[in-house]
Amino acid sequence: MKILVCISKTPDTTAKIAFTDNNTKFNDAGVTFIINPYDEWYALVRALELKEKLGGTVHLITVGGADAEPIIRKALALGGDEAFRVNADSQDSFYIASQIAEHAKAEHYDIIFTGKETIDYNGSSIGGMVAELLDLPYVSVAAKFELEGTTATINREVEGGEEIDSVSLPVVVSCQKGMAEARIPNMRGIMAARTKPLKVVEPVAADTLTSIAGFELPPAKAGVKLVSPDNVEELVKLLHEEAKVI
Amino acid sequence: MSVLVFADQHEGKIKKAALEAVQYGASVAKQLGTAVNAIVVGEVSNDELASLGNYGAAKVLHVADARLNDIEPGVVTKVVAAAAEKEGADVIIFAHNFSGKAIAPRLSARLKAGLVAGAIELPDTSNGFVVKKNVFSGKAFAKVSISSAKKIVSVLPNTFSLAPVGGTAAVEAFSPAINDADFKVKVVKVETVSGEVPLTEAEIIVSGGRGLKGPENWGLVEDLAHVLGAATAASRPVSDSGWRPHHEHVGQTGLTVRPNLYIAIGISGAIQHLAGVNGSKVIVVINKDPEAPFFKAADYGIVGDAFEVVPKLTEALKKYKAN
Ligand SMILES: Cc1cc2nc3c(=O)[nH]c(=O)nc-3n(C[C@H](O)[C@H](O)[C@H](O)COP(=O)(O)OP(=O)(O)OC[C@H]3O[C@@H](n4cnc5c(N)ncnc54)[C@H](O)[C@@H]3O)c2cc1C
Ligand SMILES: Nc1ncnc2c1ncn2[C@@H]1O[C@H](COP(=O)(O)O)[C@@H](O)[C@H]1O
Repeated sequence: MKILVCISKTPDTTAKIAFTDNNTKFNDAGVTFIINPYDEWYALVRALELKEKLGGTVHLITVGGADAEPIIRKALALGGDEAFRVNADSQDSFYIASQIAEHAKAEHYDIIFTGKETIDYNGSSIGGMVAELLDLPYVSVAAKFELEGTTATINREVEGGEEIDSVSLPVVVSCQKGMAEARIPNMRGIMAARTKPLKVVEPVAADTLTSIAGFELPPAKAGVKLVSPDNVEELVKLLHEEAKVI
Repeated sequence: MSVLVFADQHEGKIKKAALEAVQYGASVAKQLGTAVNAIVVGEVSNDELASLGNYGAAKVLHVADARLNDIEPGVVTKVVAAAAEKEGADVIIFAHNFSGKAIAPRLSARLKAGLVAGAIELPDTSNGFVVKKNVFSGKAFAKVSISSAKKIVSVLPNTFSLAPVGGTAAVEAFSPAINDADFKVKVVKVETVSGEVPLTEAEIIVSGGRGLKGPENWGLVEDLAHVLGAATAASRPVSDSGWRPHHEHVGQTGLTVRPNLYIAIGISGAIQHLAGVNGSKVIVVINKDPEAPFFKAADYGIVGDAFEVVPKLTEALKKYKAN
């Protein structure tokens, strides 16, 4: 079994969101970066579980600058075997997907896992794009992935429930909660990660289809209107007359 | 040039998020001085298809193929690409729902058409094509510019209220070649809770947290939801402990919801929870701790014990609804 896990670097979930350069750049001063939670907790851990059960290798790929290396080292510490960093800084999903697809073409993976979305740009796009570029089947927002020989049974979220899909490998899957339980790297893993291969590759030429023109912060809330617990009728009235939501 | 909207259906009924996408497509078309057409795949009645005219669609291309009652993203990508070519569509719109997330990125790569996923405003076409979307899980917005000739936008559900215009769309059969061999993802089974509104489409959501102490107390949440015709949701520890099913988990690592009204009961309002609900139009918080962070994100609040306040609120709403 040969699995590729796509790893992205995102600000910590509690990071303060602010912008610089006339609101065109994320202000990363004092921000801790983490592996995107969906990539770490679900995509990577499920890949590791499959490897532990069936044997094989787990490769990691990230498209990013040298500042992404601590993140990819952590993913190696959790149990990835080998990592690739495509040395390019881009926010365009198609550009990133093109780099991942280019790498995957030569490696013939059985499974490519991504997270369901990044928690910074919330694109939820890379997996589908990689699948199309490689002409592979794609199952998005998967909560469960079981393998029987070369046939995967995948539970995918749909409105108000789940769809159960059956697909022959190779396949691209975007992962969410339910796929696996988060793990914490142990000392042995951290030590081993230091000597695991992390290859830096230069990007191939690819189109950039989108760019971020600027960021905005939401307007501040006016402040909460408190209602006495002994006067819930007042809340009903406010919701009807003022907020007009009931 | 024209605008094309992929309108997805479940069991023959066009989804609400898809109607919102059609309406959005109609507004974009108006802005660009062109027409909007829709494409629907799977078995759907003619009346249901024609009713898309109510949201501005001029014409509906219908691929009446039973194999497409469920979505195979690779196949539907080819079908939508064929429809876009036939109609000369430069702008293609999806709902940013589960079908949209499966298909729009594939189509984007196929057509080399830049994609903005989860639009919350109409595009600004005064200088290029710039679309606003949520980033940082709703903690900020980005204006994303699409530079490619063909453009794809997926519309965040529950962002644009439906305003029917009262029209009927022309329905046209469309039969692109679809090979059995292309169905690589086989849908074995679809398990949806019938009779309940999916969380992502709900107008009102009543949500419970660890403050409710245990699953046996969820009657409180359900009774309140029932009088409001609301869907129910939960914080992550609640679904992690199995008090409530996983599909009710909202927040950074769960579902993102944008109802008109979100009522949070016994939820502290951690930043990761807020990330999934801060797009709600109105937030009501019921918490016994006046320092709970959720109050900072709320429009209305009651500082009090949920076990006393919620039954009273349910009764008051019953009276209000009866009048
Ligand atoms: C990377 C990451 C991702 C996460 N993703 C999510 C996510 O997607 N969704 C999510 O919800 N959380 C998420 N979390 C967890 C989040 O940080 C909080 O721990 C969680 O939201 C707390 O849930 P809670 O508010 O139900 O429980 P608690 O924090 O325990 O709060 C319970 C609240 O109930 C109140 N209360 C107690 N008794 C009563 C009573 N009788 N009446 C009224 N109020 C009462 C208390 O005052 C308290 O405010 C994530 C955390 C991390 C680190
Ligand atoms: N720069 C990147 N390098 C490698 N993988 C990425 C990168 N960006 C996103 N991904 C993967 O694609 C998934 C979806 O990202 P997105 O489409 O940007 O929301 C993430 O969860 C990652 O698994």
